[in-house]
Amino acid sequence: MADQAVEVKKPKESMFSKKNLKALREPLSSNNPITFQVLGICSALAVTVQMRTALVMSLAVMFVLALSNVGISMLRKHIPSKIRIIVELAVIATLVILVDQILKAYLYDISKQLSVFVGLIITNCILMGRAEAFALQNKPWPSFLDGLGNALGYGWILMTIAVGREILGSGSFMGFKIIPESFYAAGYENMGLMVLAPGAFILLGLLVWVQRTITKTVHE
Amino acid sequence: MLEHYLSLFVKSVFVENILLAFFLGMCSFLAVSKKVETSLGLGAAVIFVLTITTPTNWFINTYLLKEGAIAWAGFPEVDLSFLGFITFIAVIAAMVQLVEMILDKYSPGLYAALGIFLPLIAVNCAILGASLFLVERDYTLGESTVFGFGSGVGWFLAIVAMAAIRTKMRYSNVPAGLKGLGITMLITGLMSMAFMIFAGIQL
Repeated sequence: MADQAVEVKKPKESMFSKKNLKALREPLSSNNPITFQVLGICSALAVTVQMRTALVMSLAVMFVLALSNVGISMLRKHIPSKIRIIVELAVIATLVILVDQILKAYLYDISKQLSVFVGLIITNCILMGRAEAFALQNKPWPSFLDGLGNALGYGWILMTIAVGREILGSGSFMGFKIIPESFYAAGYENMGLMVLAPGAFILLGLLVWVQRTITKTVHE
Repeated sequence: MLEHYLSLFVKSVFVENILLAFFLGMCSFLAVSKKVETSLGLGAAVIFVLTITTPTNWFINTYLLKEGAIAWAGFPEVDLSFLGFITFIAVIAAMVQLVEMILDKYSPGLYAALGIFLPLIAVNCAILGASLFLVERDYTLGESTVFGFGSGVGWFLAIVAMAAIRTKMRYSNVPAGLKGLGITMLITGLMSMAFMIFAGIQL
């Protein structure tokens, strides 16, 4: 999460007007796609048993979201509003197929673990949500930044949940054991619940609580 | 044979509930579960669409997309499975549109009840997810129909139960930061634990 935040600042300054930067920065905290806009929860929970799958998933979403935002934004003046959803789906699905084929070719075991969830990026509400709310009204470059920002905001939540679930549930980090054997000898046990579905729901619930208390957003 | 289907049905409704065990369809689950009536409508529409799209996608997958599937047209070596995602989503969007038009023409009552939910369903991950699962698990036609229907019923149960709980929650004193999404996720976690009790049931 920390190294991603550094990455963001590197590119050329000239294109980063205040407004553009806002599109990039807001989704990281106060307008986070998962905890604030409530988009894309499905995959956030399903791929977070391990850190590695969560990382690959975040990168996949980043690629698809940034490029689909650019694509839809470039097409925005040519899409008739009646069929815009199906056009958006076609752009997104094409990118997802690309990602899926790349994963199958170079990271086969991770693509097996992600199973259907790579395909489900298509119906991940973040993509449609951002396309509808941002890319259809804005130029390609701000849309690209908006996509990147939202993907990063999505990514850091995913990573945080994955770190919690992997350490508590399997005692490892990125596949390496980090809880020493002496702990187990002394009676420590991995928390089986974290590997299963309820662990994900509860961790995300707690994370939302913490984040909303910090940013002081109250709903309903 | 019947036992096998029954067992698959129970499994897809309770043990491997598509929402509580695979997290599919969370977005609309969280957005629409505020009132029992609307969640009943959306749940029914999901059952309906799932039961239609899963067998349709099974046919498309078996006779058009799978490796060697178009041998009947004289192309035994062609493997189109990489087109799966885009075909399935197109089929789902088209089916939803078709169902909407048919309902509008022949059953205005049902259309009035389900109409506003149908467009929402095209982008519900549970629908696409069920189609992708049937490819991954190599279901037969009968199995995929039962699986589609069962997943729909499971999703229906989960969203209606959640809506009922959320209605009651209005009278509880929830900490400010936990209101809305936070408490809903915690409740879903508890519900998912409860559904896990069914694990191991074999008919």
